[in-house]
Amino acid sequence: MKQMKNIVILTIAIFAFSFTVSAQGYAVGDMASDFKLKNVDGKMVSLSDYKDAKGYIVIFTCNHCPYSVAYEDRINDINKKYAPLGYPVLAINPNDPAVSPGDSFDAMVVRAKEKDFTFPYLFDDKQSVFPKYGATRTPHVYLLDKTDAGNKVAYIGAIDNNHQDAAAADQKFLEDAIEALRNNKQPEPNFTKAIGCTIKVAKK
Amino acid sequence: MENPIRYILITTFIIGILFTSADAQDNNQKKVTTQEIRVVDFAGLQPLLEKRNDTTYIVNFWATWCAPCIKELPYFKQIHEKYADKKVKVFLVSLDFERQIETRLKPFIEKNKLTPEVIVLNDPKSNIWIDKIDPSWSGAIPATLFFNSNNRLFFEKEFTYNEIEAIIMQLNPQYN
Repeated sequence: MKQMKNIVILTIAIFAFSFTVSAQGYAVGDMASDFKLKNVDGKMVSLSDYKDAKGYIVIFTCNHCPYSVAYEDRINDINKKYAPLGYPVLAINPNDPAVSPGDSFDAMVVRAKEKDFTFPYLFDDKQSVFPKYGATRTPHVYLLDKTDAGNKVAYIGAIDNNHQDAAAADQKFLEDAIEALRNNKQPEPNFTKAIGCTIKVAKK
Repeated sequence: MENPIRYILITTFIIGILFTSADAQDNNQKKVTTQEIRVVDFAGLQPLLEKRNDTTYIVNFWATWCAPCIKELPYFKQIHEKYADKKVKVFLVSLDFERQIETRLKPFIEKNKLTPEVIVLNDPKSNIWIDKIDPSWSGAIPATLFFNSNNRLFFEKEFTYNEIEAIIMQLNPQYN
């Protein structure tokens, strides 16, 4: 009976843990907070630095995850296309390098150079930004619409619907969402899912 | 096609082999090194997820490049072996890229002597099938589904051995 009791307690603990994790973070319509994070060039970057922006494409991504790697070129292309239109990409690496050694700041600098990133690649070194946003995986996109009331979350999810082959993606969720904002419309869908790597956090 | 009888015989023979190998897997006797890997899209995976019988199924979503997945894999292997005669079965659904099955996945299975069946889910339309596996799943792996004819539990987390066993007990109070 004692064993049974332990099992019940453990199961409840697992459930409680799952709920606390999923209950955090932004939903579409929430106002996203700004951040100040170090870029691969050593400078600090915030959303508010972009005075002329109409919105922001915040992408939690990293070096080591094959799903993130598969999207690197696409993220670069999206920034090249949409930054001049007022929607810059800000990529954030949320991983703890102690758990995921390939995701250290130095490794980020190397990768950004190798791939000629045209966007800031920021390091969430205190792991304080991704929990606020509610990012759970890499890559994980938050499209923000700059309004008078603040930076409103307009779309959360995947970049498109084919991680393996950009040419085969027949739904470009992120680009469609940006186009919707540019036409003063609400993105549809405004929330999608994709497989990704967990965000690596040291065990307490 | 000159000899239809011969054709039928060969077909029957092949079907026979397929069934035999399926049985062998059911008995958990199949050698790891000879494991042929099924590659399915979500429609191909669905029949497994819909099984409702006297067995408790544990379906773990993982990939060779996922560090926390690899950490918990030995526990799922141990569970699969320990509970083989207690109607608990583990399936390992790999999200490895299809082009890496030969170069990466198969060597990994052999090296780690994985006894549960490994199935590759190769279906890019994850925005559609993630919710069908469980609406609470964000898409991060590892993730694991436990079910039998009475209950269904889903977790997006890395497991310890004791946690897996606790869930088996919860689904099968008679094992206490």
